[in-house]
Amino acid sequence: MTTAIADYAIVGDGRSAALISRAGSLDWLCWPRFDSPSIFAAILDEERGGRFSVAPDGPYRSTRAYVGETNVLETRFLTASGELALTDFMPVLSRTDSARSMNPGHELVRVVRCERGMVDVAIVFDPRPDYGRRQPAIRTMGKLGLRVDCGGNAILSLLTDAPLGAEGRASVRLRGGEEIHFSLSYACGAPAVLPPPTRERSANVLEQTLRLWAEWASRTQYDGPARDLVVRSALVLKLLQYAPSGAIVAAPTTSLPERPGGDLNWDYRFCWLRDAALTARALFGLGHAEEAENFMSWLLTATSLSLPELHVLYDLYGRRPGRETELVHLRGHGGARPVRIGNAATGQVQLDTYGEVIEAAVYFVRSGGQIDRPTANMLCAFGHEVATSFDRPDDGIWEVRDVPRRFTHSRVLCWSALDRLCELADKGHLPKADVATFAAARDRIREEVETLGWSEQLHSYTRTLAGADVDASLLLLPWYGYCPADAPRMRSTWRRIRERLEIAPALFRRYHGSLTAGEGAFGICSFWAVEYLALGGGTPAEAEDHLDTLVGYANDVGLFAEEIDPESGGALGNFPQAYTHVGLINAALSLRDRLERGKRQAEHARTQVPEARP
Amino acid sequence: MNWASSLLAGFVGTLLLTTLEAGAQQLHLSRMSIPYLLGAAFTPGRDRAKVIGFFAHLINGQLFALLYVAIFRATGEATALRGAIIGLVHAVVVLLVVVPLLPAIHPRMASLHQGPTELRQIEPPGPMALHYGVTTPLAVVIAHIVFGLAVGGLYRM
Repeated sequence: MTTAIADYAIVGDGRSAALISRAGSLDWLCWPRFDSPSIFAAILDEERGGRFSVAPDGPYRSTRAYVGETNVLETRFLTASGELALTDFMPVLSRTDSARSMNPGHELVRVVRCERGMVDVAIVFDPRPDYGRRQPAIRTMGKLGLRVDCGGNAILSLLTDAPLGAEGRASVRLRGGEEIHFSLSYACGAPAVLPPPTRERSANVLEQTLRLWAEWASRTQYDGPARDLVVRSALVLKLLQYAPSGAIVAAPTTSLPERPGGDLNWDYRFCWLRDAALTARALFGLGHAEEAENFMSWLLTATSLSLPELHVLYDLYGRRPGRETELVHLRGHGGARPVRIGNAATGQVQLDTYGEVIEAAVYFVRSGGQIDRPTANMLCAFGHEVATSFDRPDDGIWEVRDVPRRFTHSRVLCWSALDRLCELADKGHLPKADVATFAAARDRIREEVETLGWSEQLHSYTRTLAGADVDASLLLLPWYGYCPADAPRMRSTWRRIRERLEIAPALFRRYHGSLTAGEGAFGICSFWAVEYLALGGGTPAEAEDHLDTLVGYANDVGLFAEEIDPESGGALGNFPQAYTHVGLINAALSLRDRLERGKRQAEHARTQVPEARP
Repeated sequence: MNWASSLLAGFVGTLLLTTLEAGAQQLHLSRMSIPYLLGAAFTPGRDRAKVIGFFAHLINGQLFALLYVAIFRATGEATALRGAIIGLVHAVVVLLVVVPLLPAIHPRMASLHQGPTELRQIEPPGPMALHYGVTTPLAVVIAHIVFGLAVGGLYRM
């Protein structure tokens, strides 16, 4: 039976990530990078994908949680004869700790401990490198453990104190207090480092990893609604940030279906510019300036490579991703074919990306960053590109794969790009900016949006210019400063969006179209609704209600996929999804700001002496 | 003895050898990394080991260049061909004699018999360094021949 997407949890080290099911099965892992071919992919094909499973050999009930505010996962199995605790993590060490000890560059540690009673543990080690296209033999290397050739001279090593041989299967009886240790590591380009699978070593590296994650999480500056989920979302973003470059992948997976059993299956192991401004705001807003600055550094490097045009997505090093191909040998999650790698959206045009990049640069400046001369020139070049090509049709924020259209959201983001450039120039950050050209184009765009992007019949801004339908992305108009959230036109648009796109309380679809038929509610759109209310489109209580409803759709360890099934509440699409977690953080930040403003106003009113009445 | 010439020849030869080895790693032909192995003898940290190992490798290269020069002087001539032949012999000695000794002499290398310990965790190279990839012996031979070519070709008696 297929494991539900929400039944997975993530562990990682900022270079790659693993998905582990509630049944203790490691079903997705790409090494050495997020976008490398998989070594375990049972999530996409239970027979051919490969897995590494550690679980009781018999019936059990399992619960799981992250250890405090860390990315160390603990799964507990309750059986009739006893209880097991399985701890999974990728070691993440401080500079000092890593300089003091030998550690593999890529490692996943698993420790299974019998807490009480007696439990038989079944172990299945079945690696299938290269998306399951290879089924190499497991070689026993004596005391150096098990070794698997992954191709390209890379090797996978498993060291364990369990009696596991070349067949990759074993059953071990554990009694109260006994443990089994696994160190799974990957080596390419240098001799492997093989840590001893001992209790001392596992405990030591676990303690160092817990300490590092806890210290990082404690730097999160947030004390407002849904704090636990906001911190968890920050930890997810940190996991999805590729540490060597600062890029943030949209998700660590490919082809988890947005429509159960359907064909909306895409590779998300890349970085989308459409997420840039929202991501920068989330990281800066939570006080994680180092991660935000690393992300900005990647963003500016990547975009400078394609100057003055912007691509829709880039790889971890800011290059164009490879072409999209289908892996026909994999069944797909729950039979949802095709499984795709690469992403064809790379050839699309999205004019909104200019607004995203420039808005992100503005967040950088507002947070104390300085724009150097090459960056200033680059931003001005983007401004000229927008000023001359804003009226082109594009593929829009949702990357519609049929004909380009004139999307209102794209127009507003072009407006936002030019407006922010004028603001930066006004504050002296862009000395060579052609402000007159930018301002003229900006004003033309506003006029166009207010005439063609507004429907008197619908009483709403529309999805496309002169169109007759709405789109959840219109909820972002106040966020980009295009209009106040409580402006009459925006309130009216909100009513129409609720009427047409809200498919369950607080759950919103993207838009109506052939692409969205059968798909679930979009996580980020639902959080945009919260943010719209928090920005003034509703009362703080309404925003809090929406947020409370939405956080109830997180899985048991606080993770969101791209979409939410409105009927079952389950997760749909790639998982966990950075964009949804960014939406949660931003919605919570806006709501916190609104609540604090309200408190200050109430305090001000309480402490002021009123004027005497005549 | 022309010290300046020996230093220059040794430096260029070592640089070429290191570049070829790094190229073999980048092309996924071998996981052999002499700078990392040398540096790991001094420190457990991976990044620091690579830096220390690089400089240790440069010094090693100078010492081996002196040995090559001694052979050139003993045989009365320094040519690229003669250097290449010495390089080939050097590679064979490395693969057949030095590599099998590594687990015994390297303070952080695990052995097949004892397995990894808290101190010794580096994967041993195996016979002719084949654990680091089946094309590793070829990469080692080519790199050492190029080292010999450079030293023999550049050294002036």
